[in-house]
Amino acid sequence: MHYHTEKLVRDLTIRALKYRIDVLRMVKNHQTGHIGGAFSAAEILTSLYFHHMKLDPSRPDWQERDRLLFSKGHACAMLYAVLAHRGFFDPNLLLTFRSFNSSLQGHPDPAKTPGVEIAAGPLGHGIAIGTGMALALRMGGVKPSSQSAPSARSATARVYVVVGDGEINAGVIWEGMMSAAKYRLGNLTVILDYNGIQQTGATADVMPTEPIADKWAAFGWHVQEIHGHNVLEVLDALDRADEVHARPSVIIARTVKGKGVSFMEYDHRWHGAPPNEEQFASAVAELEEEIAKWQS
Amino acid sequence: MRKAYGDALVALGKANDKVVALSADVANSDFSFMFEAAYPQRFFNVGIAEQSLVDVAVGFAYSGYIPFANTFAFLFATRALEMIRTHLCYGKANVKLMGAYAGLSDSFDGPTHHSITDVAIMRSLPNMTIVVPGDSVALAKLLPQIADWKGPVYMRLNRNEVPVLFDESYSPQIGKAVTVREGKDLTIIACGLMLSRSLEAAELLTLAGVTARVLDMHTIKPIDRDAIISAAKDTGAIVTVEEHSVIGGLGGAVAEIVCEECSVPVKRVGLRDCFAETGPYDAILEAYGMSTEHIVEAAKVALQAKRH
Repeated sequence: MHYHTEKLVRDLTIRALKYRIDVLRMVKNHQTGHIGGAFSAAEILTSLYFHHMKLDPSRPDWQERDRLLFSKGHACAMLYAVLAHRGFFDPNLLLTFRSFNSSLQGHPDPAKTPGVEIAAGPLGHGIAIGTGMALALRMGGVKPSSQSAPSARSATARVYVVVGDGEINAGVIWEGMMSAAKYRLGNLTVILDYNGIQQTGATADVMPTEPIADKWAAFGWHVQEIHGHNVLEVLDALDRADEVHARPSVIIARTVKGKGVSFMEYDHRWHGAPPNEEQFASAVAELEEEIAKWQS
Repeated sequence: MRKAYGDALVALGKANDKVVALSADVANSDFSFMFEAAYPQRFFNVGIAEQSLVDVAVGFAYSGYIPFANTFAFLFATRALEMIRTHLCYGKANVKLMGAYAGLSDSFDGPTHHSITDVAIMRSLPNMTIVVPGDSVALAKLLPQIADWKGPVYMRLNRNEVPVLFDESYSPQIGKAVTVREGKDLTIIACGLMLSRSLEAAELLTLAGVTARVLDMHTIKPIDRDAIISAAKDTGAIVTVEEHSVIGGLGGAVAEIVCEECSVPVKRVGLRDCFAETGPYDAILEAYGMSTEHIVEAAKVALQAKRH
């Protein structure tokens, strides 16, 4: 466990708020994209990319990097905003999202966007692919060099997978969970963005998944439950997961779909709808107000 | 062909330590258990979970390994298809799919286990390569090329022993047809077990004074367009022969090219858009239109059409 400063927490929180505004701009610009699930994953992604993960934006293919598989691909506007501001590509590209000839496809494409590890959008792939990657990394496909940054944690690369809660309706999620447990993949951490809403309604109505922590534990995983918009809780949980050996880890992050904009929160209609000018202005105003609070 | 596959996979594992094998718990059926015995640290059984099988292989591929995923052919093409489309074909993951028990070769297990649409399905996917070896020698020669090939490959494997056609001098290249018999009256284009039957048919046709060119089309995609166009121009009639539906497989691929480039009669031998049934392999092939005699008949019809 590490001590996380207030300054770090403030920084990651403010980034998450600012990148929500980017996402709003991106989705409004071409009137297409997914806001709700992007907003619920904001603090998870800023915590991983701006603090927790070992990476080098100038070398997206660096063998020793930690891998992040963004399995809930529809929410990629937030991933793109985070990658751009982390230095993987020019943030000016963000407004080309979903337009013709853009490197930012409607759903992630590893060949087109630096920092993107897998194609995603069809849901359910992240855990099984992450299992293959974690197995490969453990086999020594990547040997830490002497230049590795000194760190309290293992020098070998880790695999992180962000999955949505609607996504776990898919059978291949559970297939991957079984394999990861069988092979005792201590270098695999899944973060479940549990926002409680999927495309047509509440997950509890569409396809009940509770008791999710018990289910995951029964599959042989180390389980933590946190508030997914509380950066300090996210950081602590990621640290704890790194310390688990011989078992894969899941962090069930309780989140809010559309988090940060009052009229978008908890509303499945903001899963895939773009804002009009008035909604955009109102949403940005709310987020800017929140940013100001954190900055004061 | 199973033992030959196991031997070839072990040899590949010895030559290349980046090769790993994955299984959906049928290793004693497809003989990938031989790789497991030789290289247990590089063998992974993910259980009866074909979608996970392909996705786990994707993870290995993106980490610099060359994963050979093993299960029944129909399961790749149907149950795990979305994984293949999204990550192998679109995402360019360098995964090799070894489709065991292809065609009707798992004859006694019946139509649930027959694989008669896999080539058509795989062929429609951008960036996919499809290999169908004519015998065990071809399999052993092509497997290392598949490992070296950049990008996903789907290979069909026959459950049963098939006649040995080639010797060590056989040197196939992925994407290049091999002319295994020369002739001038028509061309028979075949793959897999049907290559041996096509050679028998060509021999029988000589009794009627007909000489047939026979092409070993071991690669269905990227298909050798030049060899097909030359066959059309040189011989004026074509018969395709495959252990597969006549829709969308080798016959479909050849017909598409012939129609566009050099229109001559094409007759397709294969399953006529139906499921087969349980029974002995040879009997099913006979009953569903894939005997040597069926090839001879198709050749005669093609020749007739050519004259008009």
